[in-house]
This record gives sequence, structure tokens and C-alpha cells, in this order.
Amino acid sequence: MRVSLFIPCFVDQLTPQVGMATAKVLKKLGQELEFIPTQTCCGQPSYNSGQWEIAKEGAIRSLEVFKDAEVVVGPSGSCVAMMKKFYPELLHGTKYESEAKRLSQRTFEFSDFIVSQLKITDVGASLNKKVTYHDGCHALRELRLKEEPRKLLRAVKGLELIETEESESCCGFGGLFSVKFPMISTAMVQVKAGALARTGADYIVSSDPSCLLQIGGWLSREGKVIRPLHIAELLAMGIDHV
Amino acid sequence: MSDSKSIFIKESTLTTADGEQRQFIRTALGGYYKNRDLYKARYRDWELARDAASLAKWSAVNNLAEVLEKFVAKFESNGGKVHWARDAAEAREIILDLVAKANAKAVIKSKCMTTEEIHLNDALEKAGYGVVESDLGEFIQQLRGEAPYHFVFPCMHLKREAISELFTKHLGTAPTDSPEELTMIARRHLRKLYITADVGITGANFLVADTGQISITENEGNARLTAAMPRVHIALSGIEKVINSIDDLSVLLPMLATAGAGQPMTCYNTLYAGPKKPGELDGPEEFHLVLLDNARTQLLADPEQRDALHCIRCGACLNVCPIFKNIGGHAYGTTYQGPIGSVITPHLRGLKDWNHLSGASSLCGACTDACPVRIDLHHHLLQNRRNAAKVVPNLFDRVFHGTFNFVIQRPALFSLGGKLFRKTFGLLKHLPVPYLGTWLKSRDLPAIPQKSFREVWKDSKNV
Repeated sequence: MRVSLFIPCFVDQLTPQVGMATAKVLKKLGQELEFIPTQTCCGQPSYNSGQWEIAKEGAIRSLEVFKDAEVVVGPSGSCVAMMKKFYPELLHGTKYESEAKRLSQRTFEFSDFIVSQLKITDVGASLNKKVTYHDGCHALRELRLKEEPRKLLRAVKGLELIETEESESCCGFGGLFSVKFPMISTAMVQVKAGALARTGADYIVSSDPSCLLQIGGWLSREGKVIRPLHIAELLAMGIDHV
Repeated sequence: MSDSKSIFIKESTLTTADGEQRQFIRTALGGYYKNRDLYKARYRDWELARDAASLAKWSAVNNLAEVLEKFVAKFESNGGKVHWARDAAEAREIILDLVAKANAKAVIKSKCMTTEEIHLNDALEKAGYGVVESDLGEFIQQLRGEAPYHFVFPCMHLKREAISELFTKHLGTAPTDSPEELTMIARRHLRKLYITADVGITGANFLVADTGQISITENEGNARLTAAMPRVHIALSGIEKVINSIDDLSVLLPMLATAGAGQPMTCYNTLYAGPKKPGELDGPEEFHLVLLDNARTQLLADPEQRDALHCIRCGACLNVCPIFKNIGGHAYGTTYQGPIGSVITPHLRGLKDWNHLSGASSLCGACTDACPVRIDLHHHLLQNRRNAAKVVPNLFDRVFHGTFNFVIQRPALFSLGGKLFRKTFGLLKHLPVPYLGTWLKSRDLPAIPQKSFREVWKDSKNV
């Protein structure tokens, strides 16, 4: 299968290693990869800010960018949810509706693609580390992905997964919410990342790089030892380790 | 900025800074989660039960005029009297009039958020009537002169010591840290009031159309006393509380209890069907029901968010909401706190002044998953944001997102902008850049990379 990488705008600019790790794991699993360089942002910031007319333009642009892609895979539950779930709703009743649905059916979050499309859980990684998992809200509640990333983690040799009662609670990022209501956003990450830090794990792993921006940003500011890590980065690290 | 928004910002800034209080709320809810999950597990299929509960409400709400007429006919044939109130002012007027006609001196109330919605206590007090809340939590809040913190758990923010102090101050009782003793103090104080009150005011959890009864669910027995002891019983209810059949209660009552309070069933579930009949010993002589619209029909006219009228006011969405848990109930400044409050308050009290509540959400969706009647809560918050952008144009947002869109429509410009940001970040982080500066007040950004993904990808032949 030819996989077209959907690299979220902030991953492109701020955490390119997440994109590279995504590519590395997919390549290891035998996928032919492409990156369409005309892609930019899915338009979610405008959509979440109520600026739907502006967001539509971003959505329509993405439809054009990915129109020939066989399958689109992105390392972000949130940005994938925007394309997979919200584009069809946003473009409902317009001439772009059917194209939005076509893109939706071909777009997958990274861990979902590996587990449900490639039917692989063991990517052949090995890592002697302790991790705890953070469910990004869009992956968990919009895309209903709970087991997919965990199946991948459990198959990593030597890896210990520590679950917590806070694994499903929101990190407080919420896109521009994080800077429109910074006091609430920070209180939320304090509860979330604080609980995960207390597990004593080496890494807080998530399939959502935007949550990791928030969690990592707070951990760094508070001087915590535990580090944020995208699931693709963890798997890539584990593949190298073998 | 609207007054309500600036109050919200001010209040939530204070409450989020109070780590001890936030921890207290989390601990209080910890017991609820445990019990909720225990009793949810008793359902053969909780998700199917949600479907059934949602359908019960859907079929009534989507046929509201007809079901209401059926209910009213039946209710009046049972001997009750229905009064229609278009808005809060009308409802207050009707109730004050009924209280006056009853020559009442004292009024006792059981828990009813709809009376909070119409600010009934203020109106009664201004008119010279003594009014006492008989639900323990509401009684405490009334003594404090404070609105309910949570529409199901009105005083969940208070520690025992605070309640003991309050009772000592107002009722002259000895300090105690025993919850049982605190309850008994309130009970002893309230018991005599049921007997002396001329009017009892209650709410209604459900209006049962096929039997013409109102259903009230409670844990303390105070609503039964409020409805049964005084000469006149006045119930106030939103029109959306109507359901088709008594059979619907078989799913709605247990789900209300489990989702809302982590109980298998609420302790007392009573159906009230009219005043005392000739020859009967107990019950009120008059039974009035005030049916309140107060913009509910406006919400009904919105097919996108009509399901918000399914709400059975269980409070499950508040209990799981990370916003609620961190800012607390009073910061909202609304009758209905939490996600459901953020969804409906803009409809009930105006989008212009209350849209900020829809913005103050990370859209995590925990509320939507918790809702026993499947209200699509967090997506409604998004729709409110969209509606607000049309109704209350925000120039900053338009310029910001317009510019952002201009950039993302042009990949070369996007790359250049990204590069500029990365190269100048060392300087930018010291400048008051909108949003960036706010972020950096409490959080770092990761080490800024030299190259973007697209640059690395272009350079690398092998990944």
C-alpha cells in the first residue's frame, strides 16, 4: 500500500522527529511512503474557534492535497479526527461532501492504521522501559481508539505499561483553549501530568502530539523527570534497539 | 468583554489557583465514580439503556405539544391545576399570586433548580414571605446566602467543619464533625417547619403524560413532606420534563440515580397525582403545577441542539468534567453548571453574554460519554462557538484566523513563516506575542528544531 503521510502543521514545525518516527515505523512494516509537500494545516484551530467558513477553506484544500492518496496516515488522533470525522460534517450539504467522505474513509490515525488495517500488533520493537499512556480525547472519544495503541505497546518486548485512573482524562490542551483560558488549561495539565508523573514511569506515551506539547511543556516547566514520547517515537526507538 | 465573561475569568482564575479545594472536589467525586461504576455494571448493557432513556426523552421532546396536552388533560382530571408561564417573570407572578391566595405566612420548598432559574426565593422574600429550603444541601446554601455549587450536590464544596460552623452561627447548635449529627440538626430544625408551612413548593423530575402524575425523586424524604404536609402544593417544572408513559420511568429513574449520584435507585421515588380527594386523610387541598417555557421552545426550534432538552438534570456531565472539577460550580455564574449549563445557558440567557462558557472547554467529550440520555454535549459547545461567531462577530478572531488561513493556503508561505518562527523564537519568547506569551507563562515549548519535517524529509533519502 502507498501510504501518504499526514504530518500535522505543528509536528512539521516543532516536533519533526515525530513525523520521522512515524515514517520509520511504517517503512519497517513494509509500507511505501509519500509526503505531499503542499499539505499544511487541517484547519482545526479555526473550526474549534467557531470560524467554520474559514475552516471550510482549509478542509477543501486538504481534500485537494490528498485527492490521489491511496491511504492517508497521520500521527495525531486530533488532526485525523478533524479530517475523518469533522470534514464530512463541516462540508455537509456542499459539493465537497462526497469527496470529504471519500477522504474520511481513507484516513487513519497511526496506531489504528497499523492495528486495524495492517493487522499488525508486534512491530518488532524491544525496549526495557516503563511507560504510562495518555489517551488523547480525540483519539479516544471521536475515533474510539482505546485498545489500538495499547496493543502496540504490549507487544514491545521488555516494555512495562502502567495504567492509571487518569489515563482517559483530558490534558487541558484543547488547541487555542490552552491560551484563551490558560488558567483552566494549566490546572488540567497539573492534575493529568501530575498523576502520570507519580507512576514513576520513564515516559508518558500518547498517540497525540498536541497533548504531548501540553504535557511536555508543563513537565519541563515543573522540572519533572518523566518525559513525553509519541507512540511512533517509542516504537521507532524500540525497533532500533532490536 | 461581557460582564458575565469577565466575572467568569476572574472567578476561574481564583478557583484554579486553589489546589487544596480542587483536590477536595476530586476526592469527593472519587467515591461517586466508584459507586457509579459499581451500579452501572449491574446493567446488562449500559449503552442500550442509554439508547432507551434517550429514546424515551426524544419521543416526548420531538412531540412536545401533543404530549404536554395529553399530560395536562390527565393531570387536571386528577384534580390538579396547570398554569403556563412564558418566562421567569410570569412564573414568579403566578406563584406569588398562588401564595397570596393561600394566605400563606410560611413557605417550605424542596429541591428544585427551576426555582433557582426563576429566582423564586428572592421574589418570595421581597414579597414578605418566609421561605425555607428543606433539602439539606439547599438548606445549607440558603443559610450561606449562596447559590448551589452543583445542581445535584449543592454544597459539595463544603467541608464538615464549615457546615458545623454555619449551624452554630445560625441555629445556635454545638459544633460537631459527625455528618449524622449535622443531618439531625437540620432535620430537627426543619421538621416543625413542614407543619407550620401553608404552601409547599417542589420541582418535578418527570411529568408522566399517560397517568397525569408528576414524579419526584429524592434521598431525604423532604420532598414528600413538602408536597404532603402544607395545605397547598405548588410544583414548578420546565415543559421539557414531560415523558409519554409511566413505563419510561423504569429506565429513567434508575439511570438518573446511577448516572447522577452513583446509586442503584434514589431512596424515595414518588408519583403525585393531584390533591387530596374527598374522604382522604392526607395530602394538600390544592395542587398547582406551573409549566415554564423560559426559552425552552427556542431551543426546541433548533434541530441541531434540541436534544439538550432531553436533560434529566442528573449532573453526570458535571461530575466527569475536568473544567467543572477545576473551576468549581460558582465560577460559571449560571443556574446550571458544567457542560449542560454551558450548552443551554446561551440559549436560555443569550449567546452574546454566555458564549464564553462554550469557549471554556477543551472539547474532551467526557460529558457526552457520561450523559445517560445521549445529549451530544461537547459538539453543541462547538456549534455554540460557530453560532456566536456569526451573531457576535469577534474582530480579533476574524483577523487571526483569516491570516492563519491565508498562510496555510500557501505552502511556501507556511514554510517560510514556520522557519521565521523557529529562527526568531529565542527573541519571540521574550516578547508579548499573543497566545505564545500566554502559553509560556505556565508551560515550555519543546527544544525548537533547526529543520522542519518537510525539510528533513526532503534531505533524507532513507528514513
